[in-house]
Amino acid sequence: MLRFILRRLSLIGVTLLVVSLAIFLVTEILPGDVATMILRQGATEENLAVVRRDLGLDRPAHERYLSWVGSAVRGDLGDSYKQKRPITEVVRPRLSNSAILAVFAFLVAVPAAVIIGVWTGVRRDTWGDRAISIGSLVAISLPEFVTAVLLIVIFSSTLGWLPSSSIILPGTSPLTRPEILVLPALTLTGVLFAYIMRMTRANVIEAMQSNYVRTAILKGLPMRRVLFRHVVPNAMLPTISVIAANIGWMLGGLIIVENVFAYPGLGRLVLEATQSRDVPLLQSVTLLIAATFAFSNLAADLCYAALNPRIRYA
Amino acid sequence: MMAAQLLRGRFRERALRAGSRWGAATRRAVRNELGLALRTTAGRIGLPLVLLYLTLALIGSWLAPYSATEQHLDRQLEAPSWQFWLGTDQFGRDILSRVMSGAGSIISMSVAGAALGIILGTVVGMSSGYKGGKTDEIVMRVMDGLMSFPSLLLALLVLTTLGASWQNIVLTIGIVFTPGVARVMRSATLTLKTMEFVQSARLRGEPAPYIIFMEILPNTVPVLVVEASVRLSYAILLASSLGFLGLGVQPPSPDWGLMISESRRFIVDAPWVALVPAGAVASLVVGVNLLSDGLRQARGLPKREDRDE
Repeated sequence: MLRFILRRLSLIGVTLLVVSLAIFLVTEILPGDVATMILRQGATEENLAVVRRDLGLDRPAHERYLSWVGSAVRGDLGDSYKQKRPITEVVRPRLSNSAILAVFAFLVAVPAAVIIGVWTGVRRDTWGDRAISIGSLVAISLPEFVTAVLLIVIFSSTLGWLPSSSIILPGTSPLTRPEILVLPALTLTGVLFAYIMRMTRANVIEAMQSNYVRTAILKGLPMRRVLFRHVVPNAMLPTISVIAANIGWMLGGLIIVENVFAYPGLGRLVLEATQSRDVPLLQSVTLLIAATFAFSNLAADLCYAALNPRIRYA
Repeated sequence: MMAAQLLRGRFRERALRAGSRWGAATRRAVRNELGLALRTTAGRIGLPLVLLYLTLALIGSWLAPYSATEQHLDRQLEAPSWQFWLGTDQFGRDILSRVMSGAGSIISMSVAGAALGIILGTVVGMSSGYKGGKTDEIVMRVMDGLMSFPSLLLALLVLTTLGASWQNIVLTIGIVFTPGVARVMRSATLTLKTMEFVQSARLRGEPAPYIIFMEILPNTVPVLVVEASVRLSYAILLASSLGFLGLGVQPPSPDWGLMISESRRFIVDAPWVALVPAGAVASLVVGVNLLSDGLRQARGLPKREDRDE
């Protein structure tokens, strides 16, 4: 197990290196000069030169990359170009806001999806199963901003139960006004739920048709025991990797959801950084999100390996 | 895993008929697929929806009752009526006309972007899988790195640097989709390259590009068709999300995503401004998904449960 963890950790190192290189290449070497992006068209050559020197853009690319990665590893992400303060300071409150939203959505979506997935898998092709299948297909097909708009129209405009935007004052925690979290979290939950539910259902159906389940039923075990001893543990294995894959998807979903509801998290910060052409901030936030994704995948792989010895020794 | 399942079915017979070549194989496959899709309920609902939107994409602005940019400034934010079937927006523009005219840009971007991603991914995945060894290892690590961005984030990053335009959105979607497609095509190639007809081609002394594109590629058409239908629905989601974030087609041209984001301010008084384009995006993606599920069911494959982005 230790060897497995070490191997996976070194792979993450490689992945993050590729990711940081990709971020760097995309933001700095693709056509489109950062200085011109900041000053827009019509900047004089001297102004451009000043901006380039401020950002250290006059140094060769490989040198800038190495110093960026070097200080990032030490936890120093540099300064935001627009806000003139350390990026770590800008990012910290946003990160915790996003984490609150994500955890909230996850805690609702995952248990509900697993329970209903098992239920529909056992009762496949009944009316309840069909209705839930169709509902989940529709949920998967809707982009987050469409779901969000529907929820706002229903719960804010029509019923007036919940606020339609989730603006919070800087420095205050969203937990002081939990009602603003409900609609964004519900939007995120919808699609998450649908994916995990469909995956669980498919795995339960597969497990139900296996020989070991047939044996368990034929030897006279009560159905409840068959379900919880044999079906569910086996069906959960592939579901775990889907849950992990959905963490990555949810990080993307946060960008949309936070912008629909004007919720000050990382996703909104990404868009603000792109709009204000704050390249250092954009690079750091992107790296942070990619790293979160990589580590959540690692966590999933470890759970998977802990539950399934075949992977560990492969 | 999916690729392996596809390789097992009736398609292996085709693989063994080494004579089947590109053009004929593609045409036959497409005709088979559509026929197959129509045998399932999902396909019977999905195909007409997709055809409806394809028609709108081609001649939507010609069919529309008004011009997409024509402003009726005395008729702002009007509810649906006989004159404006789906109401008007904040500039008094007819929403129905804007949605009809906007179909072209989103569908052309999604189709072109998905196609680009499929082509790039196919070339990368097949060459890498065929070559094997160190090259394969390095190429797939790079692809893994690209896949560890949430796709919207990668798209945002690329598009910000390139600047928003039709071509750049297509390019962005193509880049974002490359690693996922490459992974699928690589595994299909790995399975096929051990088959006898590939080995015999190699013994004949055919060059690698010939073997990859003339021997292996025609036999991956079923994998490609399924992959393309999945990618198309992702592309629509991605393109409309980018539009929503203001990185799509620039105003005043109608963009469904942007229409929704601009309507946020009026959502309490004039919900139709948001609901109409939202319904358009939703029904288009549902249509594409149903069609692709129909294709799978018809071939007896499991439904798609994963979301590999």
